[in-house]
Amino acid sequence: MIDTGFYTIFWREMLAIRKKFWKVLSGSLVMPVLYLVTFGWGIGRGVRVGQGNYMDFILPGIIALSAMNSSFNGVSVTLNISKLYYKTIEEILVSPISPWAITLGRILAGCVRGLFSACLIVAIGLILDVNLGFGPSFFATVLLLSFAFGALGVLAAMLTRSHEDMTNFSNFVILPMAFLSGTFFSPDLLPQPFRSLILVYPLTHGSIALRALATAQAVPLSALAVLFGYAVVLFLLAGLSVKRLEL
Amino acid sequence: MIRLDHLTKRFDHFLAVDRLSFEVPQGEVFGLLGPNGAGKTTSIRMLTTLASITSGQAEIAGIDVSRNPIGVKRVIGLAPQGLNLEIELTAEENLEFHGRLHRMSRHDRRARIRELLEFSELWEKRNVQVQKFSGGMKRRLLITRAIMHRPKVLFLDEPTVGLDPQIRRRVWDMILGLKAQGITILVTTHYIEEADFLCDRVGIMNRGRLVALDKPQSLKNTTGIYAVICSRMNGCPPRFFNDRDEAVRYASELEGDVTVRQTNLEDVFIALTGEAIHD
Ligand SMILES: Nc1ncnc2c1ncn2[C@@H]1O[C@H](COP(=O)(O)OP(=O)(O)OP(=O)(O)O)[C@@H](O)[C@H]1O
Ligand SMILES: [Mg+2]
Repeated sequence: MIDTGFYTIFWREMLAIRKKFWKVLSGSLVMPVLYLVTFGWGIGRGVRVGQGNYMDFILPGIIALSAMNSSFNGVSVTLNISKLYYKTIEEILVSPISPWAITLGRILAGCVRGLFSACLIVAIGLILDVNLGFGPSFFATVLLLSFAFGALGVLAAMLTRSHEDMTNFSNFVILPMAFLSGTFFSPDLLPQPFRSLILVYPLTHGSIALRALATAQAVPLSALAVLFGYAVVLFLLAGLSVKRLEL
Repeated sequence: MIRLDHLTKRFDHFLAVDRLSFEVPQGEVFGLLGPNGAGKTTSIRMLTTLASITSGQAEIAGIDVSRNPIGVKRVIGLAPQGLNLEIELTAEENLEFHGRLHRMSRHDRRARIRELLEFSELWEKRNVQVQKFSGGMKRRLLITRAIMHRPKVLFLDEPTVGLDPQIRRRVWDMILGLKAQGITILVTTHYIEEADFLCDRVGIMNRGRLVALDKPQSLKNTTGIYAVICSRMNGCPPRFFNDRDEAVRYASELEGDVTVRQTNLEDVFIALTGEAIHD
């Protein structure tokens, strides 16, 4: 089903990212830095969650959030422009590369973006001297999260028919998820049924898993399983949407 | 090399391509001529697997387009009507990406890129971002990219649209060079001279239908090689003659501005459809 063609697609994305490296870098910094300043220092100074301070609490959440945003936006926006505006996707569609390879190559590029922005915030965290640890399983989880949202990005780009559709998708799906998914507060604080609703969001499980891993608690297997399930299902849907695309 | 059998495309209730049937033998330059909206691009999109086929069949190099799209993609090249180059990449990177998409070896890619960029006179510009190219350079790169992987059949959708006459000549030379290499070419155009100059045979399309198909000269012969054209003001319909004296005699009977000249493909189109290609 999947051939080595995915690497060609991935190669093209990496080439493009290298060409606008500084744009990508600054682009992935703005949002998390604003959150860190607003919630970490501004509002968070007096807030305590459990035993730790608030900065230690929100940093893993912000990492999950930026990995999601970088991967989802990086994949969906470029693909959407390529589909609607430059039509460069047609160059790929008339070449003998399977839709699954196109999907995988794009998602892997999203993973690189997600991982990259996660590393930036980890670096900021290290500079701020937070009381957290970042091991290989932490970064592997970032990768899994970025994969799921890269796949969602492909799916969204394939299903939307205009730029407005894409903006709406971001506003109605991505933005609420960003605020509600336990990034800034623990879902345990919410009353039912909101608590269960929020557990539907994949980002919630990303935040839970990353927070547990960074604070050296027991590895949250259920959260990882949910993320993995999302990654698989979204990949299949994304591949099908590319296969069925007709411009 | 190309075979269409009642190829049809319907968008909701609109028939964009209506039972198109013709064959193009290997090495021929075949032109699809028709006004805006005739269905030329839609036909090409079906033949190149970009659009689904509503009904009918198409074969490229003996491969069925709807049953084996990947097989078809291996043997075709497409230079679409819109310039879908990667504008952030350089000319060379565009070709490199295309070569990788078609699984050409690194060695082959490198040699072919040089050969083709020299052929299209873009070698000096190989490291320039395509964004900075002129329209004519982009068009040449687009065609160059389409032949990078040595396709057997090449589809050129309006390859000279918006180019000035001089650059247009260069693109024509390029196309004839490809024909000399034995590539089968299907080219669409709404420029009369282009169809006349480039094509071995021309299919004239109007509103999704093929209304005539023959060698340019034969099309003119059937219509009549001399055209008597009135100026717009006195509005008499054009008439065609195969005998020059007869044409002149008819013209002298008319009042106002009347021209006698050789028939061109636009006249053929008007005679067949009662409409002008350009309005
Ligand atoms: N995706 C689509 N949905 C609905 N109608 C379409 C679609 N694509 C093309 N059409 C219609 O099909 C008809 C044929 O369009 P097509 O692009 O094939 O014409 P063309 O001969 O290439 O014209 P041009 O010379 O302007 O390029 C047009 O009337 C067009 O509006
Ligand atoms: Mg067209």
